[in-house]
Formats: sequence, C-alpha cells, structure tokens
Amino acid sequence: MSTLGLAAAVLRRDLALAYRRWGDVASPVMFFAIVSSLFPLALSPQRDVLQLLGPGVLWIAALLSMLLSLNALFRQDLEDGSMEQLAIGPQSLPAVMLAKAAAHWLVAGLPLILLAPLLAVTYHLPGSGVTALCLTLLLGTPTLSLLGSVGAALTAGVRQSGGLLALLVLPLCLPVLIFGARGTALAADGEVISGPLYLLAAFAVLAASLVPFASAAAIRISLD
Amino acid sequence: MYLPNWMHKLASPPHFFRISGWLAPWLLWPAVALIALGFYAGLVLAPADYQQGDGFRIIYVHVPSAYLSTLIYGLMAAAAAVGLIWRMKLAYAVAAAAAPIGAWFTFLALVTGAIWGKPMWGTFWEWDPRLTSELILLFLYLGFMSLRTSFEEPTKGDRAAGLLAVVGVVNLPIIHYSVIWWSSIHQGPTIKKLDAPSITWEMAWPLLTLILGFTLFFAGLLLQRVQAEVLERERNARWVTEIMRPGIEGG
Repeated sequence: MSTLGLAAAVLRRDLALAYRRWGDVASPVMFFAIVSSLFPLALSPQRDVLQLLGPGVLWIAALLSMLLSLNALFRQDLEDGSMEQLAIGPQSLPAVMLAKAAAHWLVAGLPLILLAPLLAVTYHLPGSGVTALCLTLLLGTPTLSLLGSVGAALTAGVRQSGGLLALLVLPLCLPVLIFGARGTALAADGEVISGPLYLLAAFAVLAASLVPFASAAAIRISLD
Repeated sequence: MYLPNWMHKLASPPHFFRISGWLAPWLLWPAVALIALGFYAGLVLAPADYQQGDGFRIIYVHVPSAYLSTLIYGLMAAAAAVGLIWRMKLAYAVAAAAAPIGAWFTFLALVTGAIWGKPMWGTFWEWDPRLTSELILLFLYLGFMSLRTSFEEPTKGDRAAGLLAVVGVVNLPIIHYSVIWWSSIHQGPTIKKLDAPSITWEMAWPLLTLILGFTLFFAGLLLQRVQAEVLERERNARWVTEIMRPGIEGG
C-alpha cells in the first residue's frame, strides 16, 4: 500500500469511527455552545459588552472545545495495537499523523465553524465580524488540531493526562488565538484584516509541514 | 552520527561526575565573590536614579534573572536535542537539572518585575509583550517538568519532555513575535515602557558584574544538580557504589 493510500485509509477509518460514536462528535460542539452561552449570563447581557467580548470569548471557547476531544486521539490506537502496526509499516509515519490530525479537524474543528456564525449573532457581532470569525476559525483551527496532535501523542502513554495536555498545548496555541481573536475584533470594528488572515494561513502551512514529524517522533516515544 | 572523541569521554557519567565535582567550586566561589561585589556596588556605590530614586536598584536582580531565564531554556533545549539525536543519557540529565533552575529564574524575573512595576508604572502587572512572553516561558518550563515526571519509565519521560523542549524552541520566537504584534496590530497609545535608557557607567558595571556572577552561579549550580541527577539515574551502576562506599562504611 502506498503512503498516500494508507493516509487515506486512516482518515476514512477515523471518520467512520466518529460516525459510529456520534456522542463523541457532539460533545465538543455542545461544550462550545454551552461555554459561549455562559459568558453573557455571568458578565452582562448588554449589547456593547457582548460585542466587545464576543471575538475573544468565542475563540477561547472554540480552543477549549478542540482540546476536549484531543485526549482520545491516539489512546484507542495505542491500546488495540493498531498504532504499533502503523509505526512498523514501511509507509511514512508523519503522513499517518497528518491524516490523524486532519480527521481530528474534520470531526472536532469543522462543526465548530459551522456553529460559530449562530453564536456570533447572539453576541451581536456585525456581519463583518461574523464573516471574520468563520474565516479566522477556518484558517486557525487546522493549526490547533496539528499542535494538539503533538501534545496528544506525547501524553498518549500517561494516565490522567487532561490537565497536562492543556499545560503543554495551550501555550503553543497562543499565536493562533491572538491573531484569530484580534483579527475578528478588528473586522468587527470595520477594519481590513488581510494581515492576520495571511499570518493564520502561514501558521497553518508551517504547522502542516513541520508538526507531523514531531508527532511521529512523539508517538514513537509513547510506543516503546 | 559522528561525535568528536572528547565529547564521548565527557558523556560518560563517571567521567563527567568527576570533572563537574572538581569544576563546580571553581565556578561557585567566583560567583559568590562577583555577586557580593556587584550587590555592594549596585546597592551602595551606584548613584540613585534621578527619576526612579533608589527604586531602580532592583534592576540588579531583575535583569540577570531575565537574561538567564532565556539562556537556560536555550541550553535545556540544546541538551534535549543532543539527547534525542545522539541518544546521550547524560544530556537528558543536564536538561532535567536545568529546568527547575530556569523556572526559578523566570519566576524571579516576573516577581522582581512586578515589585518594580508597582511604584514605577503604578501596576504590578501589565499585559505588555515582554511580560506576557516571559509568563509563557514559565508555562513552557512547567510543562517540561510535569511531562518529564509523569511517565512510569523515566527514560520515556526524558525523551517526551526533550521533544517538547525542542518543539518549544521552534515556537518560542513565534509566540514572542505574535505577542509583540498583538499589541501593535491595534492602533493605540504606544508608550515604550521598557525601552532601556542608556545608563551611566557607574550604574552599568555593577550590572555587568552581576550578570557574570549570576551566570557562573547558574553554571556551578547546574553541575551540582547534574551530579545529583547522575547519581540517582546510575544508582545501580558499580562506579556509584564505589564512590559511595567510603561514606557508607565510615558512617
């Protein structure tokens, strides 16, 4: 089997697994919706306050929702031995890791982007802000999935890894959060945000080309 | 991969243990002398600042700590990379020993900065790019330390944390610049609070003395901590029992 064929097979398998365990897919999305709806209740339902806080709050909620589903990314593959088979096979392991991260993004990232416009409207963001939120999430969440996959691979062999994973991954995600949230806020103020968008796209390309090698090295450490 | 012979020799734990035991006092005593001299000069001899009064003198702790906080991260990541590439056990011991020292200097830089900031800027904390990057650096150290100790097999923890340190090096500049751009991406009042004014020689030389003293102190402390790490890691090796035997028999 070619490397590309294997990567496609891993991607298909992960999507099929997600489809059969619908609850695992739905819980991050519900978490995103619930966390986002806590802020107006806890802070203030006033229109201008929500407009000011909306971009940052929605971005942080999206980041935490993606973190929620990372714990399970490699656990089952390690337990049932399939990760070992993938690692000793002749195909390139980084390609497999890229496919795993892509599957994570499709399952945990894409639904958030689809839900985001609805939540943005409840925060009274103007049209430009809603568009910018979707665009920044579209460009930023792949990087989050990739960086998260390194953390998940590093902590795959650790029990009770939730807090540790957050400690490892969140500092690395900071640039994406900054440009995603600030870009959205700038767009809501009616400014042009091609700069932050280009930077987010650059981060995504950089992460997609470098991070799979790091996560492959990390999963090899977890394997032996 | 090729390594010069002296590096192989240095990497052998008993050899390193002997060398560092001999070297550490030669670093620590000059460090004590330099730090004592620097503090006397900085706290007593140097003139008070015409704007900040005596308050500026905290610079003599703050700047060396901040400088070491980044230097130590670089050293730790380099050691971790050496461990991952050449599978050198000693390099992991160096990275493990350096991390807590680095975290402490980062913490010290943040605390002295906060104490300095209160009278000078009127606030303990400001979401300034430099402060934020320093805080993230502290989180990276803490992540390294907790990942290293969270595996049942120590060697696995060493390698996993080493990989994290190397990934952190790639990401540190990105984080640093993103934090800088974040505050400048938005038009706003730009007061360069941390722009260092050129200071007179009377204030500068104690600072340089202290930077050198702190660095030597770190180097000596690191050697001693690596010694302790090596003893713990090699506790079942024969050379450790041989070194420790006089103590056991005599005690």
